[in-house]
Amino acid sequence: MERKLTCIICPLGCALTVETEGKKVISVTGNTCPRGKKYAESECTNPQRTVTSTVKCADGSLVSVKTDKTIPKEKMTECMTLINKAVAKLPVAIGDVIIEDAFGSRIVATQNRGL
Amino acid sequence: MKDLVIIGGGPAGMSAAIAAYENGIRDILILERDEHLGGILQQCIHNGFGLHKFGEELTGPEYAWKYEKKVRELGIECKLNTMVLDLSDDKIITATNSEDGIFQIQAKAVVLAMGCRERAKGALNIAGSRPAGIYSAGTAQKFVNMKGYLPGKNVVILGSGDIGLIMARRMTLEGAKVHAVCELMPYSGGLARNIEQCLNDFEIPLKLSHTVVEIHGKDRLEGVTIAQVDEKRKPIAETREYIPCDTLLLSVGLIPENEISKAANVDISTITNGAIVDQDRQTSIEGVFACGNVLHVHDLVDFVSQEAEIAGKAAAEYIKEIQAERVLITLKTDGKIRYTVPQIITKKQDVTVYFRVSNVYKNVRITVASGDTVLLSKKKPKVAPGEMESITLKSEQLENAKKLYFSLEVM
Repeated sequence: MERKLTCIICPLGCALTVETEGKKVISVTGNTCPRGKKYAESECTNPQRTVTSTVKCADGSLVSVKTDKTIPKEKMTECMTLINKAVAKLPVAIGDVIIEDAFGSRIVATQNRGL
Repeated sequence: MKDLVIIGGGPAGMSAAIAAYENGIRDILILERDEHLGGILQQCIHNGFGLHKFGEELTGPEYAWKYEKKVRELGIECKLNTMVLDLSDDKIITATNSEDGIFQIQAKAVVLAMGCRERAKGALNIAGSRPAGIYSAGTAQKFVNMKGYLPGKNVVILGSGDIGLIMARRMTLEGAKVHAVCELMPYSGGLARNIEQCLNDFEIPLKLSHTVVEIHGKDRLEGVTIAQVDEKRKPIAETREYIPCDTLLLSVGLIPENEISKAANVDISTITNGAIVDQDRQTSIEGVFACGNVLHVHDLVDFVSQEAEIAGKAAAEYIKEIQAERVLITLKTDGKIRYTVPQIITKKQDVTVYFRVSNVYKNVRITVASGDTVLLSKKKPKVAPGEMESITLKSEQLENAKKLYFSLEVM
């Protein structure tokens, strides 16, 4: 089966064509770099996304956060539920772990707060 | 008296300051009207920044921090919460904040780095009432990402610029339902990756050649009527469709914020709405430079930083009175190529020229000619208005050139 994808790894947004047999990827074309091939393979077998959001701080302000690795795409909504329940203790520095485990990734701060 | 005053502490201003410092200037002041450095990056909490510049995928605040940290380490002076009111053509800056009151600074050189603002509802002439619930996408972004407010639950987005696409995903993740993204043009102004990961991932329909023709609701927005448009962008009556919603987000373009530049009588391009500059990003006023989104709207912050480095370095050379061999070459375009930055070249050196096209074209050849001589030609499978292109000209190619003509031919 042939599948058309848009690579999301960089702003180039290459139009990828993936040849699959069942769940197995046979070939990838249209990619400019090796990361495109890797993305296409992952997208057809186990699609992954980075989630970015905000977490409430103890003083009521917000701090921006992200998953430090990608998580399965279908877990994004559940990941948001976790993130929205969390409260960050101040001070927070970029890279501080807010949630230890969210679907195999950690939720880390991407902003400094109260430093 | 200051050697260098930089107006704006966003990515352009910080990068220009660092470049000037690295080129030997120490007496630098950044004036920033917000309470933090980093500009709009602080509310752009999504990832995708920095791939060109740092080879890694960063969020907006992380990208800003890389520069802010450097600015702090170098001890570059910054005044936050400070609004610049005026710039004169002899480089006197009038600014105000609650500590210093109104004050004036004479600068040897100035870098304009004020960024851009969003085109607002008033520019669109949509029929209907004026209820609450209509926001620019960037305002909604500030509400959600910095203040913790969700502007509404049922959303329609007009315009498919990147901020609109990003907000479609952001509002969805926070529990709102985004019913449609309408785009007047037959193509999206946003990056292909954002259509994929912000709309397709959440099955949000992108309605190309569609616009909002009527706004409904008295106190609060109750719904919008959308319609398809014909090739002249006129709405087709039979295609009218009512969508109930409480929020309409507008992502309909960005305008460089040049009030201060205009006050100083800097020559402004009617196409970019930014200053007309040379290869150093020097404006029509000697010693006044411009970079980043105040000069022309960029797709990627990485290119803003890159451009600001050029301006910062050039400002340093201007302050140190480093002279170069002068030439004067004007850059012209054929309309299919909408504009170039720079618009003039005054030094014989390698120059990278950035440009945008006016439409989506496939299989094109882009040619740079000087008179009848073709200096350079480049084939591209696809070009689009949303994606800035660039061509680097070698200094030997500029030999004897007076006027460079940039044209695009569909093959």
